[in-house]
Amino acid sequence: MLEVTTSHYVVLSTLLMLIGVIGILIRRNILVLLMSVELILNAVNINLVAFSASLQQVHGQVFSIFVITVAAAEAAVGLGILIALFRNKQTVHADEIDLLRW
Amino acid sequence: MSLDSVLFYVLAALVLGSAIMTITRRNVVHAAVWLISALVGVAGLFLSRGAEFLAGVQVIVYIGGIMVLFLFVIMLVPVHDESTQRRFSNQKWPATVAAVALFLWVAFIAVNGVGMLDHPGMAEPLGPGSLSENSEAVGLVLFSQYLLPFELASILLLVAIIGAIVMSKTRNRETES
Repeated sequence: MLEVTTSHYVVLSTLLMLIGVIGILIRRNILVLLMSVELILNAVNINLVAFSASLQQVHGQVFSIFVITVAAAEAAVGLGILIALFRNKQTVHADEIDLLRW
Repeated sequence: MSLDSVLFYVLAALVLGSAIMTITRRNVVHAAVWLISALVGVAGLFLSRGAEFLAGVQVIVYIGGIMVLFLFVIMLVPVHDESTQRRFSNQKWPATVAAVALFLWVAFIAVNGVGMLDHPGMAEPLGPGSLSENSEAVGLVLFSQYLLPFELASILLLVAIIGAIVMSKTRNRETES
């Protein structure tokens, strides 16, 4: 129990992903939604690094670098969309943006 | 209880506590600062697993880049009196139940696989790509075996930069036609 193993990291990353998913589903502010996506991507990275250490292979860490790259691209595009959206709708709340709802 | 275990539990508490604070704060700036704290905790976890290079990348790219971008956008988008606004959407209880159900499912799979995860035979160094000096090992694998994905990632970043500029640019209707 006290000795830290890979399964400890898997449990931690699962909990972090749970918090991220709850954040995406319950919050209204799009900025917090994007932050929750970052939390989920970090949960993935914890898993990849833990397995990388467990298998003594560096490939998991290389994958983590790609995940961080994609996270950076996602944040840039997401925040660009947010600014364009705010200019048109004057709101940052996800449930007030219902242009496609009928 | 070894130092490694103490470090893990302290960092895990920091990460999870900061993550919960991130998704519950009313003020978006507070949420961003709590997210920075969670990301620092994740960088510490990377260090404790011997991924020094990735911990540095985490601090520089996530905290120095992405979070500063977030704070800039928070400044650009005027938040009018957040204290009168509802924080959570109407679907918060069904959403929480669905998320916890997803968690239980993933946890079930993880618990069933625990014996496999900690199999001692898997911890042997396995030829090329095995861990030696961390930054050197990451660099060698990244620039040989993963060269094509590396170049594709740079193209992805270029496209994302151009896309972000195009979308957030102000359109001037008089000069556009």
